[in-house]
Amino acid sequence: MKILIKNGRVVDPANDLDDIRDILVEDARIAKVAKDITVAADETIDASGKIVTPGLIDMHVHLREPGREDKETVLTGTRAALKGGFTTILAMPNTQPAIDSIENVKLLKDIIKETACANVLISAAITRSRMGEEITDAAKLKKEGAVAVSDDGSSVESRELFLKAMKKAKEARLLVICHSEDKAISASGVINLGAVSTRLGLRGISNESEYKRVQRDIQLAERTKCPIHIAHVSCAESVEIIAKAKKKGVKVSAETCPHYFTLTEEAVRGYDTNMKMNPPLRSRKDKDAIIQGLKKGVIDVISSDHAPHTVSEKEIEFDRAEFGVTGLETELAVSVTELIGKGVLDWSGLVARMSVNPSRILGIDKGSLTPGKAADIAIIDPDKEWTVEKGGFVSKSKNSPFIGMKLKGLVEYTICAGKIAYKAKP
Amino acid sequence: MFSLMKEKAKVLDKDAITRAIVRISHEILERNKGTESLCLVGIRTRGVYLANRIAQSIKKIEDKEAAVGSLDITLYRDDLTLIASQPVVHKTEIGFDITDKNVVLVDDVLYSGRTIRAALDALIDLGRPKSIQLAVLIDRGHRELPIRPDYIGKNIPTAKNETVEVRLTEMDGQDEAVIVEKNE
Amino acid sequence: MSEAVIWNKKDLLGLEYLTREEIEFILNTADSFKEVTTREIKKVPALRGKTVVNLFYEPSTRTRISFELAAKRLSADVINISTETSSVKKGETLIDTGKNIEALKADIIVIRHSYSGAAMMLAKSLGISVVNAGDGWHEHPTQALLDIFTLREKLGRIEGLNVSIVGDIAHSRVARSNIWGLTKLGAKVTVCAPRMLIPPGIEEMGAAVTSNIDEALKNADAVNVLRMQFERDEQNAFPKQMEYFKKFGITEERLAKAKKNIIVMHPGPINRGIEMSSEVADCPQSVILEQVTNGIAVRMAVLFLVSQAHDIKNENTD
Repeated sequence: MKILIKNGRVVDPANDLDDIRDILVEDARIAKVAKDITVAADETIDASGKIVTPGLIDMHVHLREPGREDKETVLTGTRAALKGGFTTILAMPNTQPAIDSIENVKLLKDIIKETACANVLISAAITRSRMGEEITDAAKLKKEGAVAVSDDGSSVESRELFLKAMKKAKEARLLVICHSEDKAISASGVINLGAVSTRLGLRGISNESEYKRVQRDIQLAERTKCPIHIAHVSCAESVEIIAKAKKKGVKVSAETCPHYFTLTEEAVRGYDTNMKMNPPLRSRKDKDAIIQGLKKGVIDVISSDHAPHTVSEKEIEFDRAEFGVTGLETELAVSVTELIGKGVLDWSGLVARMSVNPSRILGIDKGSLTPGKAADIAIIDPDKEWTVEKGGFVSKSKNSPFIGMKLKGLVEYTICAGKIAYKAKP
Repeated sequence: MFSLMKEKAKVLDKDAITRAIVRISHEILERNKGTESLCLVGIRTRGVYLANRIAQSIKKIEDKEAAVGSLDITLYRDDLTLIASQPVVHKTEIGFDITDKNVVLVDDVLYSGRTIRAALDALIDLGRPKSIQLAVLIDRGHRELPIRPDYIGKNIPTAKNETVEVRLTEMDGQDEAVIVEKNE
Repeated sequence: MSEAVIWNKKDLLGLEYLTREEIEFILNTADSFKEVTTREIKKVPALRGKTVVNLFYEPSTRTRISFELAAKRLSADVINISTETSSVKKGETLIDTGKNIEALKADIIVIRHSYSGAAMMLAKSLGISVVNAGDGWHEHPTQALLDIFTLREKLGRIEGLNVSIVGDIAHSRVARSNIWGLTKLGAKVTVCAPRMLIPPGIEEMGAAVTSNIDEALKNADAVNVLRMQFERDEQNAFPKQMEYFKKFGITEERLAKAKKNIIVMHPGPINRGIEMSSEVADCPQSVILEQVTNGIAVRMAVLFLVSQAHDIKNENTD
């Protein structure tokens, strides 16, 4: 199958490219990237005025399958990913059962093989059932196909255990993704601790519960020399601690999510549970620090922490509602609107944080448009304005904090493994 | 407030109102044989000023006091859904026992009779008067209930699309009664 | 005065959401209702034929009885649902319960719930009126309204008064509602509690903060003493009872150092010997029982006004 993409502005930071180019895709690979390619193709896409990037990579997605197929499945989740311009996603292991054994990795692999529409990578759990008591067999899990380990949703409470786990992960060359939260401090908190939690009469989650744990996790990484990745960074202190660690040469990378650089705790005013996630929306000061952290490269990656939930789990009392918001379908547009639109990043910078860096951190061969590589490509209309509507989601769940928001930037085509896997409706 | 209103005619001026009050006062005294067991209850808001004026007039005539109270009937109305603006509840202030008294209700304009019906309900909740009589400055007709006044200042037939406005110095700066036409 | 306000709110969820004029309007309306409670026949037909449902997810005898009496004095029919004996135990959600009550054609739901925001959530999903009788730590608007009503009655005004609120501020919906109401009406509010019971950012709500009881009482015209919430105890967060009384208890000695006629308030029920001494509870400056009486008038006013929000049409007729 030959696809020819003509006259798009190709943004390929891995190859230092940001210019008008044509791209020829042939047999699931990128065949040629050059000016004025004149070749007969099965499908020709006119990309004039559009941005053409390597397929985006989201390294923090909850697909909920196996176990909670009512919230999302590998099928619906990958469809949502493609709509958002993502060709590769990393599935988090907090499913039922957790991906904590070879059997469970196999189980998920089969589901992916049968139903996935995009590339799904597997993160296994650090401990059995993510209970934080018994570490899993990193080497075997890596052999079976996991590319990372994480107990995401929870932090590994025991220092000694986590130390052991990091050592094993390093040996097995598995990335350790840290959900850094000190539960003893955050306890039963539901939103950021501060003036808003006081006003609303809700229990608060302090910045301290995050940055103290980030501190600890980095210390352990420093000792073991195990590469770690701090998930969903939300507050200023965490950014500072990560910056210092990087300066020291510690192998730590970090990610944040669109809601942390777009919204603050003020968004929770009307007890809207679509604004409830963990870590919570923070203060203005934290939001600004996150944006600076992204700009300066302290935060390497933008991911969604896509966390679908059913209506009965969200449309209830704020205290009882599940933590988490969806994000695959809005992630790019929010980033374009808030970061490119406000001059924080340019397109190369954004693509780096949403494709090149995740690829490098996960140690996979993606994130570029180099001829010979897999043809994972996103074609984006950078100026198209659209409003986020509840009824417009492809994901099974509709718990998005961006409903009603006007955004700029819409994915027109997503090409995965050389096939047009998603095309926007006219 | 009505948006489009046109004053059509003045039906009572200051002197006419004063004379009507004096006459009504005489009639009240005559029928009730003096001020023994007599009390006046004005219906908020202008009825209260009228009741006070009647009491003053009675004092001039017989040098005797008749007790005056004020009644707010907002909570007894059956037509709260139809009143123009916010139902504002004022205080009912009747500082005496109405049981066994001859109560004269006083209001400025008598129209459908619903206000008076509500006032009767309110009074009966407050005690057991010997009799309840009704004094109005103006009767404009169009009764919807079997209510009739005992003392009338002036009968003024009106059309349905008209209304009568009574203005009193205590509240509006001058004494007069005018017919106003509502333009739809 | 009252004439300026158009009341078009079908619910009463909190004093944070009302303007100064709206709060004063409720208080003025409550004045008229107070008169009703002094009559032989303590009833007016204003809510005749309407149904008020008390939906209480948290145990409360006082507030529930107060609302029940208020509704009955307005001639409404009252149904009491307490969750011990209801379908809620079977797992029915709050919104489903609310929709069921709405389907029964009730007119007003008075809700008390242990989760902040529950009243708002219910109000947003129903067309009938919702009155917040206390949601979690968030607001207890009728309590604050009756507190302010009582103060206004005693001192003639709220503007310029110094009012101190003493107790477990962090977990108190009474404190929050009072801070909103008092500051909107122009009073200066000080909250006083042990450090761990002062929530972060309370200053942004307009209150001054101190952990010194004498400082809180020094220039106060009134002190509102909150219950120490032992039933909502969180481990290690609460000092012991005797220690609390020693440091924060309102005693006659402490009052002697305050303004001569300082008013003493309490939402009840009082823990004698913990928040205040028995003598103070019964002293002449204590208006605790008057608060209870005023509570009926205030709740009558609230029920009356929210029921009107439905009925008001925009036509002009005579």
